[in-house]
Amino acid sequence: MRYLPKSESERSAMLEACGVSSPEELFAHLPEAARLNRPLNLAPGISEYEIVEYFRDRAASTALGYTSFLGAGVYNHFRPVLVDTVVSRGEFLTSYTPYQAEIAQGTLTQIFEFQTMICQLTGMDVANASMYDGSTAVPEAAMMAVRATGKGRVLISKSVHPEYREVLATYAKYQGMPVAEFGYVAESGELDLEDLERQMDGLTGAVIIQTPNFFGIVEQVKAAAEIAHRHGALLVVVFTEAVSLGLVAPPVEADIVAGELQSFAISPSYGGPYAGIIAVKEKYIRQMPGRLVGQTTDSRGNRAFCLTLSTREQHIRREKATSNICTNQALVALMATVFMTVYGKQGLRELAEQNLAKAHYLAGKVKPRFSGKFFNEFVVKLEGKTPEEINKALLKKKIIGGLPLGRFYPELADSVLLCATEMTRRTEMDALAEVMA
Amino acid sequence: MSDQGMNESRMVHGDKITKVTTHLSQNEALLFERSSPGKKAYQLPELDVPAVDAAEALGAENVRAEITDFPEVSEVEAIRHFTRLSTWNYAIDYGMYPLGSCTMKYNPRINEVVARTEGLAWAHPYQPESLSQGCLEVMEHLENALAEICGMDAVTLQPAAGAHGELTGILLIRALLEKRGNPRKKILIPDSAHGTNPATAAIAGYAVENIKSSETGGVDLAALEQLVTSDVAALMVTNPNTLGVFENNIVRVAEILHKKGAMLYMDGANMNALVGIARPGDFGVDVMHLNLHKTFSTPHGGGGPGAGPVAVKKVLEPFLPTPRLRRSGKKLTFDYKRKHSIGRVKSYYGNFGVLVRALAYILAHGGPGLKNATMDAVLNAVYIRKALEPYFDLPYKSPNMHEVVFSDDRQSKLGVRTGDIAKRLIDYGFHPYTVSFPMIVHGALMIEPTETEGRLEIDSFINAMIAIAGECETDPQMVKNAPYNTRTSRVDEVTAARKPVLRWKP
Repeated sequence: MRYLPKSESERSAMLEACGVSSPEELFAHLPEAARLNRPLNLAPGISEYEIVEYFRDRAASTALGYTSFLGAGVYNHFRPVLVDTVVSRGEFLTSYTPYQAEIAQGTLTQIFEFQTMICQLTGMDVANASMYDGSTAVPEAAMMAVRATGKGRVLISKSVHPEYREVLATYAKYQGMPVAEFGYVAESGELDLEDLERQMDGLTGAVIIQTPNFFGIVEQVKAAAEIAHRHGALLVVVFTEAVSLGLVAPPVEADIVAGELQSFAISPSYGGPYAGIIAVKEKYIRQMPGRLVGQTTDSRGNRAFCLTLSTREQHIRREKATSNICTNQALVALMATVFMTVYGKQGLRELAEQNLAKAHYLAGKVKPRFSGKFFNEFVVKLEGKTPEEINKALLKKKIIGGLPLGRFYPELADSVLLCATEMTRRTEMDALAEVMA
Repeated sequence: MSDQGMNESRMVHGDKITKVTTHLSQNEALLFERSSPGKKAYQLPELDVPAVDAAEALGAENVRAEITDFPEVSEVEAIRHFTRLSTWNYAIDYGMYPLGSCTMKYNPRINEVVARTEGLAWAHPYQPESLSQGCLEVMEHLENALAEICGMDAVTLQPAAGAHGELTGILLIRALLEKRGNPRKKILIPDSAHGTNPATAAIAGYAVENIKSSETGGVDLAALEQLVTSDVAALMVTNPNTLGVFENNIVRVAEILHKKGAMLYMDGANMNALVGIARPGDFGVDVMHLNLHKTFSTPHGGGGPGAGPVAVKKVLEPFLPTPRLRRSGKKLTFDYKRKHSIGRVKSYYGNFGVLVRALAYILAHGGPGLKNATMDAVLNAVYIRKALEPYFDLPYKSPNMHEVVFSDDRQSKLGVRTGDIAKRLIDYGFHPYTVSFPMIVHGALMIEPTETEGRLEIDSFINAMIAIAGECETDPQMVKNAPYNTRTSRVDEVTAARKPVLRWKP
């Protein structure tokens, strides 16, 4: 087999050196009851060409060739060519977590740059080396806020990504961490600050909001921070559309930012792998989950980087760790690093401006339901037809319409969430509007 | 930065080094130090819609000022930057990477190619199921293959990595026990376990009770009998354990737990020793996770992404995360209506791109090939043990499987610790083994070669280890200051932690 580099004679010589005559003998000490005494019921191995063909056949029964207006946490942005060029290098692709700093300076330096750029974008002081994704960064941020404040209750806005809220519920259920939700204003789609104020109490350690929120609307972070802080809670700000940070004011009033970087050159890939981040104000460093890279020197006095503050982590602290996370998303975070480098200071803004322009062009054709200011996606209320009927009609034109919101928001069963990015063409938007009108 | 040259004059035993020579290594500044205003590595297409005034659309107060100190470099500088950084890394593509517990095997490039197949890589998780059948088929195929490999009844692909799979598995146990009337209070964990195990138990709301390993390194049956009370929800066991030793009493361990209504959780980190040889489902395991980035060859990528599918016996199936993949005739769909489910552990359906790679690996090997891989992995580890046993202390003598754990007992008497030997190994052109783990071995050297090393590379590694054992006797101080042959010499981790500098500042 092509992945096994031994010739038969090499294998025999090695078996002989081990004092056995067959490879099976190496397993002779296994108890009979534990052993599998038949071959695995899996087909024999196939060639490279057949593997390519297998996946090409599967890809043929997907949405190849369709235009899509889906966003809702996963966005269709162009992936600069440099991204795959860099992440395909074996030195990045086939290395492990950089525990041995002397031979991992490439990864470590890159993560240090990543941490810096995430801080610059979010307005926070410290960012970790990545979390699994945005959805799991939310419960990690909530647990962190609870640890930092000593208050166990969590209040989360209904306009945070519904699946993120589901993940939070799963994590919270068994930890004695009660989670309550507060609403959005029916007319504007913005945070219902009065509801937040009403539900705040002295036991709440975290208030969690998202901006732009699940409906694409830019939230009043400052006002939410004021309420949270007045009651002794930390404000966690979530983002799913990282491109918005090129143009929208960073959530500097937050204590913790928990975000998803999929928009930064990470292909949608049917839901993962993506990369989440947690970024915080300096005073919360030691409560942070996940890996951190720090700057130091080597024995010759040269600048060097290494993993640091690991006394927070599971391999040192075991059951007292700040999180059980071990593997993170280093290679995916590298995609984001290359993306941020390629676009840079001007490009990220220009990219965000294009997204804003496209979505507002579309909003001129199909009217947004909410009055709140939006970035690159918005909710549309349908008249006369259901979202399913409209989307069926669109599919006939090879267009995947907006996300029907009824599955997450029963009160919005007549509405869809539409997204336009720099990749969306004017002609495609015109075609969508024609069917939706 | 100065003095990046390789300090060969200090390489006392340089003549023994055959695998590495020095080569040109380029200095490279940080992106922020390379930037200058106005440089670009991008070009966007001309807008085909009218531009919008940001202040008007978003409200002036919601528009940010420029991103201070964000990079501004050209395309050529960008690619050189990352290419130069890459050359400062060691990688499997360079050579053997014998990190115990991490299963650093070759990452087949076909996996990377197929994961980028357009219809799969660009599939949106909310696109209609009717237009996602190919993605769902990949998932169904992988679920079935993993269930067969593990001898289990059902598999969820949702967890993002091993520790995430552990959390999912323990929550499943908790949900089942709760439904039976009492979630119980404790999880038992051997003192040889990975740190993620106790950290997971704590997050799942359980107290952790450690079990001391027996003299042979396994679970101590007498201690277990005593500890398993009606308060115990489960035992988390790694098999083979972190010494690379198969738990010969595993069937008995399962019986003891089951008799008291507790469950057996298996950490599948070491599954590379078992595929095609033994199945956890057959030896009494109720729930386990797999690390697709270990056993199933998906790349570690400097620390991730991974995938941590969880396989269960039928009794735990109702509790698996939402949604579940279902087949009705020719169509695959997601079932969201599952009233006993623990809920979601991650958005969408799992790290699909990693799942594609793992399936490509399984297809490439096929059933018989997977077993051959396991046999070669164990052969390599046993061969290393035989060759190094005369030079290093082997604290546990039980037969080992895919990895072998020595201690620095002999060398530490000369003042050289496992961490020093590891750094010296770098000079010989190898990535170090896992240092100081498992904790039940004082000064552990944990070596896992995997099946994708040939005889030449293994012999070269053995020679390097033997040479270092000699150096520990003739010149311990030289070993303690290693490495010499690297671009960066020994890194001051203490200062990094004492005065954290976690981001660049002008």
